[in-house]
Amino acid sequence: MATREELRSMPGGLTPARRRFPRGAAVTLALLCLAVVLVPAFARLDQQLVDLHSASLPPSLAHPFGTDEVGRDVLLRAVYGLRVSVLVGLAAAAVSVTIGTLAGLAAGAAGGTLDRLIMRVVDGFNSVPHLLFGIFIVALFTPSTTAVVVSVALTHWMTAARIVRSEVLTLRARPFVDAAIGGGSGRLRIVRRHFLPHLTPHITLAAVLMVPHAVWHETALSFLGLGLPPHLASLGNMINDGARSLLAGNWWASLFPGLFIFLPTLAISALAQYGRDRSSPRRRSELQL
Amino acid sequence: MTRALGRMAAWRLAFTAPLLLVVTLGMFVLAKASPFDPVRQYLGDRAVTTSPEIARRIRANWGLDRPLAEQYLTWLGNLLRGDLGESRSMHRPVAELIGERLGWTLLAVGCATVVMLAGSLVLGALAAWRRGSWADRLISGTAYANEAAPVFWTALIVIWIFAVKLRWLPPGGLTDAASGTVAPADVLRHMILPVAVLAFSQSSWLVLFVRESLITTLREDFVIGARARGLRERTVVVRHALRSALLPFVTLLGARVPELVTGAILVETVFSWPGVASASVQAALAADFPLLAALTLLATLAVVAGNLLADTAYVIADPRVRVLGVS
Repeated sequence: MATREELRSMPGGLTPARRRFPRGAAVTLALLCLAVVLVPAFARLDQQLVDLHSASLPPSLAHPFGTDEVGRDVLLRAVYGLRVSVLVGLAAAAVSVTIGTLAGLAAGAAGGTLDRLIMRVVDGFNSVPHLLFGIFIVALFTPSTTAVVVSVALTHWMTAARIVRSEVLTLRARPFVDAAIGGGSGRLRIVRRHFLPHLTPHITLAAVLMVPHAVWHETALSFLGLGLPPHLASLGNMINDGARSLLAGNWWASLFPGLFIFLPTLAISALAQYGRDRSSPRRRSELQL
Repeated sequence: MTRALGRMAAWRLAFTAPLLLVVTLGMFVLAKASPFDPVRQYLGDRAVTTSPEIARRIRANWGLDRPLAEQYLTWLGNLLRGDLGESRSMHRPVAELIGERLGWTLLAVGCATVVMLAGSLVLGALAAWRRGSWADRLISGTAYANEAAPVFWTALIVIWIFAVKLRWLPPGGLTDAASGTVAPADVLRHMILPVAVLAFSQSSWLVLFVRESLITTLREDFVIGARARGLRERTVVVRHALRSALLPFVTLLGARVPELVTGAILVETVFSWPGVASASVQAALAADFPLLAALTLLATLAVVAGNLLADTAYVIADPRVRVLGVS
């Protein structure tokens, strides 16, 4: 009789033991959140402080992430950059989920032609590669935070629309909706009183999961020089700036800000996976498709 | 099967024409809402010294003083006749620019796809077969980390290591700056880094998918049956399990075209690869509407073609789809 351990190590054997709480991920995320909230409030240093005497210094105790081409501290600017990126990401996620919720509600609640029309529009938006469509939107307007938020929102609302629509379709078949209709409620009242409260957890989750995507999109646009205005310290702008001096061997100015995108994204995905494991332990899949 | 395929293709095509029409309309509306004046852009520095009369003539020449609906229909008519207009930033016909650059993009993306497929299959199968081992942990861990890393950041790390520190490979471009001709060996040397980065960045989902799919299949009865018949481990894993685990994979590949386009845009830009994807960024930086619009349409067509490919593969691979139809 094989022991449990042996069964696990066999090809295609038992599922590995229940995932442990990803402590490292939680600590990383908490530290970054604290830095983003507290550093700008208490820091005596000025992130825009230009000091040409200490330009392009490699990492040291005084400047853990080094300094950029005009002598600004990379660590301090990365914290500010993360703050800008997260704020833009939150705003963009909120706008795109709002658009998606409205579209999904309209499609699910109205049904028929309107439903088909809205879903074809969703298919249509999905047919244009997101980044290219986003580039198209920002290219034709002057660089600003609004342009970036609009660009992210218009390319990311489709997921929320799909989720909301499918939830509404299952809700519509529930007895309490029939009861409400029997009681004489109109469409709008049913949407407001019966659908929306049930949808809130789904919408919130969709919005939270949207934030890393929105941050990624903003960073990519800024990296290409099409995102936030250059004076704002966003992570994408910093990597873009730093990349120019990379060939001169100045690696810290572009590679360290990237860590501030990489680490939180990794931490969020580890936490999300833990959450999924806990909520549906029977689910075999470890993929997040 | 042919009937089902034909019906599906017809259905897709019927959806494509209105889709492309809507995409052109959307792009046109966005361009008209743009605060940039194409005439000023065309004139550049000369805009200040050019007399308003001449600016007005250019405007009339381009049809910019006509009603919007007429402008749209003219533009659309030109597109349908194959006249993609003239790039305002590179001052050359768009069709010529795309013809020149498309080959380089297809070369890089094609090679990256082949490398990605081969690498993911081997690594994913290895991770699934030796599940829980250090090899599996390394492969899955790298794949998860790769999912979280922006591709342009990965590209910069790779440039720093292989081009700046080790000086093994050039950091970008198509050929050496000094060479006037395009020699295959030179192009090959310049291609290694961008192709590797593109393949690596696209491979993480595929590695995880192959691993997961194979793990599930290794539990199936027919695999246990094959083992019980005393077949060699390699035959069981490769011939029995892997083959059936790969069925859904063809269809996923076609649906990945949008991600491939996104990856190509970023990788080509970082490595200054002279393809169509990096041209879209240059066009965007210069607010060059004709070029950007043509490239967006091209990418949309690629996505539609990818979806068609995915559906076709599905119909061929899975008999159940044929019976149930595809709508």
